Amino acid sequence: MTAPPLPASLPASLVDNPRLDRWIRFLPDRTVRIATGKVEMGQGIVTAIGQIAADELDVPLDRVAVLSGDTAEGPDELYTTSSLSIEVSGASVRLVCAEVRAKALDRAALRLNCSRDDLAVIDGGFVQNGTPTGQDYWTIAGEIDLGQPATGAAPMKSAAEYRIVGRPVPRLDLPAKLSGSAFVHDRLPADVLHARTLRQPCRGAELTVLDEAAIRRAALRQHAAGELQIVRDANFVAFASPVESVAEAAAAAAPSHATWAGVRRLAPVQQEAAWLQGQPSDDRRIGAWPAPASPPERLVQASFSRPYIAHASMAPSCALARFDDGRLTVLSHGQGMHPLRRNLAEALGLPVEAVTARHLHGAGCYGHNGADDAALDAALVARRLPGRWIRLQWRREEEFGYEPVGAAMLVTLHVGLNERGRPADWTTEIWSPTHVQRPGSGSGHLLATEALAEPPPEIAPFDPPEARGGGGTRNAVPLYDVPAHRILHHLVLRPPVRTSALRGLGALPNVFAIESLIDDLAERAGEDPVAYRLSILSDPRARHLVQRVADWAGWAARGPSGTGQGLGLGIARYKNRSAYAAVVAAVTVRQEVKVDRIWCVADAGLVINPDGARNQLEGGIVQAVSWTLKEQVRLDEQGIASRDWQSYPILRFSEVPEIEVELVDGAANPPLGVGECTVGPTAAAIGNAVSHALGMRIHDMPLTRERIAAALLKV
Amino acid sequence: MAIAFTVNGEPHSVEVPSTLSLLEILRNHLGLTGTRYGCGLEQCGCCTVLIDDQPAYACSREMGTVAGRAVTTIEGLGSAAQPHPIQQAFLDEQAGQCGYCLSGIVISAKALLDRNPDPGRDEIVAALDRHLCRCGAHQRILRAVERAATALRAAGAAGRKP
Repeated sequence: MTAPPLPASLPASLVDNPRLDRWIRFLPDRTVRIATGKVEMGQGIVTAIGQIAADELDVPLDRVAVLSGDTAEGPDELYTTSSLSIEVSGASVRLVCAEVRAKALDRAALRLNCSRDDLAVIDGGFVQNGTPTGQDYWTIAGEIDLGQPATGAAPMKSAAEYRIVGRPVPRLDLPAKLSGSAFVHDRLPADVLHARTLRQPCRGAELTVLDEAAIRRAALRQHAAGELQIVRDANFVAFASPVESVAEAAAAAAPSHATWAGVRRLAPVQQEAAWLQGQPSDDRRIGAWPAPASPPERLVQASFSRPYIAHASMAPSCALARFDDGRLTVLSHGQGMHPLRRNLAEALGLPVEAVTARHLHGAGCYGHNGADDAALDAALVARRLPGRWIRLQWRREEEFGYEPVGAAMLVTLHVGLNERGRPADWTTEIWSPTHVQRPGSGSGHLLATEALAEPPPEIAPFDPPEARGGGGTRNAVPLYDVPAHRILHHLVLRPPVRTSALRGLGALPNVFAIESLIDDLAERAGEDPVAYRLSILSDPRARHLVQRVADWAGWAARGPSGTGQGLGLGIARYKNRSAYAAVVAAVTVRQEVKVDRIWCVADAGLVINPDGARNQLEGGIVQAVSWTLKEQVRLDEQGIASRDWQSYPILRFSEVPEIEVELVDGAANPPLGVGECTVGPTAAAIGNAVSHALGMRIHDMPLTRERIAAALLKV
Repeated sequence: MAIAFTVNGEPHSVEVPSTLSLLEILRNHLGLTGTRYGCGLEQCGCCTVLIDDQPAYACSREMGTVAGRAVTTIEGLGSAAQPHPIQQAFLDEQAGQCGYCLSGIVISAKALLDRNPDPGRDEIVAALDRHLCRCGAHQRILRAVERAATALRAAGAAGRKP
């Protein structure tokens, strides 16, 4: 008998992984193991998933163990992205737990010869009319068929019944990270070989000379007793040694003993967003086309930009791999273990079943960094040196130089105003390379595949569709009441660097552009920016946030512009359908911008772990301050030139503003992820505050000392 | 030649080239993986340990210069089961996201509080400014160090050894 199809309204993860036992198992030690395909990246997802399960099952949180990112035993939930883990994985776990709870109660009622309605669950035990029955999940578990598909039909708790969800819970993974071994980097099996790579400079480059003897001499100079294995597979080269510094020294020496042909030459001008305009592109028109002709006196146009930015994880990417009898096991900090498994199988010509990928924690990645690529690098070495663990770690300059970077964007807004100075017609025109080249999604492949004898064909880039929030077009539609709006998206086809997902995709540059222009329109109308916003904003949740954050930040006492002190506001709803955030920034501008203080009010619906959510909101704010003020990937002829923390500075302790965050009570609305919702509003608030402080606007990020000086010279 | 030094109070002697980094010895020879590699360039602070009570970058510190010295790593402060008051303060403030930078930061906080039990916010910022945190947990971390200072002073006033 085939199971009836699941209702279409089930979360995608549950449709893809319907069997209950992919999600939940009762273990003999009286714990319940919840499996999720989403992985911990420091955002606290494992803790939040545990809270959801504990509440729905009525078991204490310390009896819930969460298995995350395991292709052998856990569900396939693709990648951990787009602030969707709570919305999709959390919703799936909730449905599964409700269903298992109902099945267990049915079974217990049968055994106890009572009605299910007589039974309640307390701390995992079944209680009949207040009296323990001696039965619990673990006595009943063997009689529940968890091989059944989920139906999604079991009644779930209402928000009012939650005891663990909605309360601040300490992160389960933090104690280990504060005291010792905690990361994939820290896995050091006894016979491990440490590996490093020599990177192919770019796709198509051919390694014509590799002086292995010279590399060997350099690597062993300090370590005469050491050993070094050089693994070469077409244009992929790696160095492996039981002594980590030997492998490191080999990799450090290798570039000066390697000759490449067919290396693409870049020019520094390509690092600027302005370079994108006029490049070959795929152009798409979305929304209310054709655009009407606005009278010139009522047409406002302005351009804004953000350059390429780096994920810049604190740790270089790392993976362990081991090949035994044609089977590959990989330990990785990538964002999706099931996709990684498929991608590795394809790259290595293995059946998918021969590959196991397990997630271990890494440093925060904020998107698609080098993690997956390092996993293939490790696997390529393991295939050549089977029977022992290979631990491959990227070098710091490799992480900066070869990770995919966040796409540069140029945004030009064309806005027709009505007779009251309000937007009547709005066009957002965007130039940007793709924001997603994740391996296996059809938009990208693992880096080292390009170095192998038969590289995969070049992929025509595409962006995530608008139905999934878009890439360059993410948040390109203003939140305001605009009678007609449209997007012209120029997807630039040949960017100088590999680009892929970074926290918020196009949301930050689009919100920066839109909110900057709104402030300028308010000024043009002779109105206060908050009052002007409220006059064209009917979404009640957004209105509430604007009013609340303005009151909190003392907006009414905002001084005149041009004093060097500025107060600015930005608001957006992430992806125009996820969490809302409104931010006010206070800045001091002298030679450079100092962000003194940030106030943020967010509405994320029902919040699972309020402290975890606040931590994410704060983190997004700090990262956005850093992007807005400081960050730009620099290019030279060879490629990415900003390869350390001096040439790619990020915000430091002495530069971080005071931050206050408030979550409005949104329990009546469904939970929404919060990892990305603050980045656009924060950048916009800073841009507007700087404009207020200077009495003039800077349109291009980062808002550096040079840009301020240039703006002041124009006066 | 053997290099003798102590780590977290325990004597060790290693037969390694004197140019090997302290970080490699701690992690790969002694299994103390709480000290982390970040950049190898003295720019991020992930690898910070105490050498004779002074914060030092383990990534660039050659073993030859560690002979006879006392090294303290994060494992020497406390464990997940029995955290040091500074580690406990970080847990109480939930000061961290990915956590990769934290062991180095806790070590620098220890050095600061050992020499200055009642630092102002500016002094804490100055002591931690050699550390990078990419997740943006800075404000929580600053509050955690203040909380730890208060706890350690209270313990000191009560005559307890922290």
